[in-house]
Amino acid sequence: MGYNARFKVWRGDNTDGDLEDFTVEVNEGEVVLDVIHRLQATQTPDLAVRWNCKAGKCGSCSAEINGRPRLLCMTRMSAFAEDEVVSVTPLRAFPVVKDLVTDVSFNYEKARQVPAFAPPPELALGEYRMDQLDVERSQEFRKCIECFLCQDTCHVVRDHEENKESFAGPRFFIRLAELDMHPLDVRDRTREAQETHGLGMCNITKCCTEVCPEHIKITDNAIIPMKERVVDTRYDPLVWLGNKIPRRSGAAASRSLHSGDVTTAEAQARGRLRQKPTDTTALTTLQQALHGQGRFADAAGASRSRVEHAGRVRTARQGALAAHAWELLCAVESGQLDLDGVEDEIATTLQQAQRLTSTGTVLAGTHALHHLVHGRLAEAAEHAREAIVWDRDRATRADDLVTLSEGLAGLGESEEAASALAESQSLWPDNPRLAGVRSNLDDMNVHGRPTPAASVDEG
Amino acid sequence: MTEIERHSYDVVVIGAGGAGLRAAIEARLLGKRTAIVCKSLFGKAHTVMAEGGAAAAMGNVNSKDNWQVHFRDTNRGGKFLNNWRMTELHAKEAPDRVWELETYGALFDRTPDGRISQRNFGGHEYPRLAHVGDRTGLEIIRTLQQQIVSLQQDDLRDHRDAEGMIKVFAETTITSLLKDGDRMSGAVGYTRENGTFVVFEAPAVILATGGIGKSYKVTSNSWEYTGDGHALAMKAGATLLNMEFVQFHPTGMVWPPSVKGILVTESVRGDGGVLKNSEGKRFMFDYVPAVFRKQYAETEEEADGWYDDPSGNRRPPELLPRDEVARAINSEVKAGRGSPSGGVFLDIASRLPAESIRKKLPSMYHQFTELADVDITAQPMEVGPTCHYVMGGVEVDPDTAAAVVPGLFAAGEVSGGMHGSNRLGGNSLSDLLVFGRRAGEGASAYVDALGSARPAVTDLDVEDAHRAAEAPLTTSGGENPYAIHADLQQTMNDLVGIIRTASELEEALGRLEELKARVKKVSVVGNKVFNPGWHLALDLPNMIIVSECIARSALMREESRGGHTRDDFPAMSAEWRKVNLVCRPAGDGVEVTRQPLLPMPPELLSLFDREELNKYMTDEELAILPPETEREKSPEMSQVNSEETKA
Ligand SMILES: Cc1cc2nc3c(=O)[nH]c(=O)nc-3n(C[C@H](O)[C@H](O)[C@H](O)COP(=O)(O)OP(=O)(O)OC[C@H]3O[C@@H](n4cnc5c(N)ncnc54)[C@H](O)[C@@H]3O)c2cc1C
Ligand code: SF4
Ligand code: SF4
Ligand code: FES
Repeated sequence: MGYNARFKVWRGDNTDGDLEDFTVEVNEGEVVLDVIHRLQATQTPDLAVRWNCKAGKCGSCSAEINGRPRLLCMTRMSAFAEDEVVSVTPLRAFPVVKDLVTDVSFNYEKARQVPAFAPPPELALGEYRMDQLDVERSQEFRKCIECFLCQDTCHVVRDHEENKESFAGPRFFIRLAELDMHPLDVRDRTREAQETHGLGMCNITKCCTEVCPEHIKITDNAIIPMKERVVDTRYDPLVWLGNKIPRRSGAAASRSLHSGDVTTAEAQARGRLRQKPTDTTALTTLQQALHGQGRFADAAGASRSRVEHAGRVRTARQGALAAHAWELLCAVESGQLDLDGVEDEIATTLQQAQRLTSTGTVLAGTHALHHLVHGRLAEAAEHAREAIVWDRDRATRADDLVTLSEGLAGLGESEEAASALAESQSLWPDNPRLAGVRSNLDDMNVHGRPTPAASVDEG
Repeated sequence: MTEIERHSYDVVVIGAGGAGLRAAIEARLLGKRTAIVCKSLFGKAHTVMAEGGAAAAMGNVNSKDNWQVHFRDTNRGGKFLNNWRMTELHAKEAPDRVWELETYGALFDRTPDGRISQRNFGGHEYPRLAHVGDRTGLEIIRTLQQQIVSLQQDDLRDHRDAEGMIKVFAETTITSLLKDGDRMSGAVGYTRENGTFVVFEAPAVILATGGIGKSYKVTSNSWEYTGDGHALAMKAGATLLNMEFVQFHPTGMVWPPSVKGILVTESVRGDGGVLKNSEGKRFMFDYVPAVFRKQYAETEEEADGWYDDPSGNRRPPELLPRDEVARAINSEVKAGRGSPSGGVFLDIASRLPAESIRKKLPSMYHQFTELADVDITAQPMEVGPTCHYVMGGVEVDPDTAAAVVPGLFAAGEVSGGMHGSNRLGGNSLSDLLVFGRRAGEGASAYVDALGSARPAVTDLDVEDAHRAAEAPLTTSGGENPYAIHADLQQTMNDLVGIIRTASELEEALGRLEELKARVKKVSVVGNKVFNPGWHLALDLPNMIIVSECIARSALMREESRGGHTRDDFPAMSAEWRKVNLVCRPAGDGVEVTRQPLLPMPPELLSLFDREELNKYMTDEELAILPPETEREKSPEMSQVNSEETKA
């Protein structure tokens, strides 16, 4: 019945860490948390993991198993083949405290920003009357065990520290929906959701619903109904773009913006920077607007300032460093900068970013491009493949696929390279990187699909 | 000395379960600067696991219910060893405490006319448990958590500081209490995230640390349940009451082995589920004890009729108090009529349509499909007893929750007296709310009375506490704490379990002595940051001392009652009913003494039939009872009472 399983468990703290290999006994009916406990009892007594109930009720034991956000106590070992290596890593969206334990204080801060239920003052104790049908809608959301797996998986904040400030995340969208649908709550929660909690940044990918261990229909029953009720809200494009745009691929949001908006955003950002040259939000917008125009070298200039002014908050620094490394690499790739001139800067930036990153895989896509510009094609392809497994958001995946395609093309695998390129184009047709790399690929006889007209996405 | 963080508060609440949070809310509402300290993240305390509901005689489903009936059920369930005053306060105040949660935003399931719905539970005469499906504890924790956040939002608005009046110190473990002379002066602990030591200077300390289940191998309890509060209280000079009474919940999961002990809520039986042995027989009919015969059905027809017509039929025996059901299951398994994995069958599949099972018992449905590959709408569950709740705890004054040490208060599972020898399901959640609030109030009044004469913390005491906590890290080559823990759990499971005998209890005490010696030499690797080995090493002495309390008291009490069954003294004794057993520290162990139980005043005694009292009381007690009068059974009386409750 029992067998020995191979595990890779991430061990380390907020400065450094790595996956460690273990071979450990597994018995019938066990869950991953049992295995972690056995490791503690027999091999690594100080392996840090959070847990309380071991029954899927408290939401403490959240981590990533083979890269998927899961509860350790509700993931049975029978879900894996006996010869499969099982990896257990900390939640990727939050800073590591130690080993599998992350600092989830972000969520508690967000919780405090949602105004509480305001009781109708005229009702005395025991006088509340509510219909079961009416309370049921909110009850669904109150099943939430605050495991924060949805927060971890949501691409708006996963790997995008810069979005955390203005985006409360799916867990708090259901909290807002719950209050909105509470038969006796009178506040306008929908507008609050849109205006102060970043509901508009959600583009309904449904990843949150997929990981929820309580099977709460976060998107269908909370987010979409709230979005439908938001009407006629106009946005400052600067704020909008700043909020929307993901870390590496500054122009992802330009899928849904006219190209004029990228330049407007650039102009507005520059305007703000004249008043306050250290404004990191404006610097981020500027960098992303430039990236969107394919001006990677200029974007790298902006990201360099971002790093200078990022301050000491770990997550903000990590975001700035990662973005900077990425811009430098894109500039080198497209021939806008000379590798020899910036290689030292790339190497140190990447190293520092890596040190602040919770799991080894967050920067895999960036490492892939780094290998590529050095001509290490096999390594580039390998890292790109790894990145594709982890990166969920469309633009980031699209970028990883571009890198993969170039690596494979260089290795002579034209067919696979072409299909990677085609997939990348379909995910993100007007990725500014494509313009630069297409001629390289053409030289090597790798053709993706003919570029369709930029599709306008709802966002 | 390494760096130590210092905080000063009016009230420090140790524990963020239902009791701790309700206490903190009250203290804050009374203007006290309040700290909440807990071992886990905010919102994860053990209370989150409670399933079935909170008992409160609101009379929403059956208008005959009132506080007197609830009071009677509670004392009956505890076999008259309860602190009568606590049960009285509890029964009277529980409805308001539940209704109050609605004003904080809780959403309980509703009756057709829109009130809070109430469900049947073992030992409760009428449907009484306010509930939300089978996740009531989660609702209560989240509601209280959000109420604290709401108070913080008020403080932010009014004083520009969200955490100025009430602050949560999550993942911070208290390792010692501090005293100035004979009064409390604060507490010391460490924060897991960074290993920093923290001193809380405070004249009033409220213990709300929950229970002790992690000393047992098979338990429904979470990792937090290491008896810290019980041990801290005793070390500070407080007394523990009736520690021999440990509740084994009759229905825990038995398969697969790794989930053995996880709770299967009593609501399964409350909603119609029945227990069967391997022969398919509903065996509970054979186990109705004499004291309960009047209230329970004798045939399956009558039992089944009760769900729809409770006034025309008596209750099914599956709904006997937990101690009775747990013992019955134990006997069936011992007699060879158990299920394949050593439990019995709990069948709801053949009793309710699949759709209503999923609706009424969603967590159970989920738990069994995910963890055991069992579809409870199609197959019976396998269940067996699991260590669930400790009735024993810190001896407190019922009205203020004050322990015998000035400045120390206790509420919730860590306190003793309320539940007597056996707790009724649903009475804990309401206990948390009622006495949590009272502890917050008691502590605030105590602080007010002190005026400026505040006790002081001495550096020497802090240093001692600090050194003791670091000892396992500085010792090397000693014992592995996990191994000691496993041995402790095995000992308690084998020798101090449901059925006890003098010889086994003596053997257990011998083994506990060995464990005590071993734990002194425990050593752990790693540093102070989030180190589970170190944490366990600090928990172990608490678990061992609490286990000793249980074993010693169990050895002394030579009768069987509620959560204490002696194979060598199988009968309930009227003499022992008058006795509380009290634990105090002695040397590096525990001393147990007898203390008379406070007699129930006549007006409350008169709520019971003489016939019933005859089964529990000594002849001398019965002789001085006032003559029987017409009393409680008259319908007018019930009505008057329910009017009173509403007022
Ligand atoms: C599975 C299950 C189901 C249940 N269902 C029901 C039910 O339906 N109805 C009912 O009435 N009862 C039920 N109970 C019982 C009830 O849930 C508990 O008795 C009750 O929740 C205890 O609450 P509490 O406030 O006393 O403590 P808890 O909620 O246990 O909280 C204890 C707190 O103390 C903290 N703590 C402990 N030690 C320390 C320390 N050294 N330093 C700092 N903090 C510390 C912990 O971190 C935690 O925050 C159930 C119990 C279980 C196990
Ligand atoms: S639907 Fe997607 S974008 Fe929206 S909250 Fe969920 S995970 Fe985030
Ligand atoms: S909504 Fe679901 S996934 Fe998100 S925190 Fe709550 S339980 Fe977890
Ligand atoms: S330990 Fe509570 S959800 Fe896993």
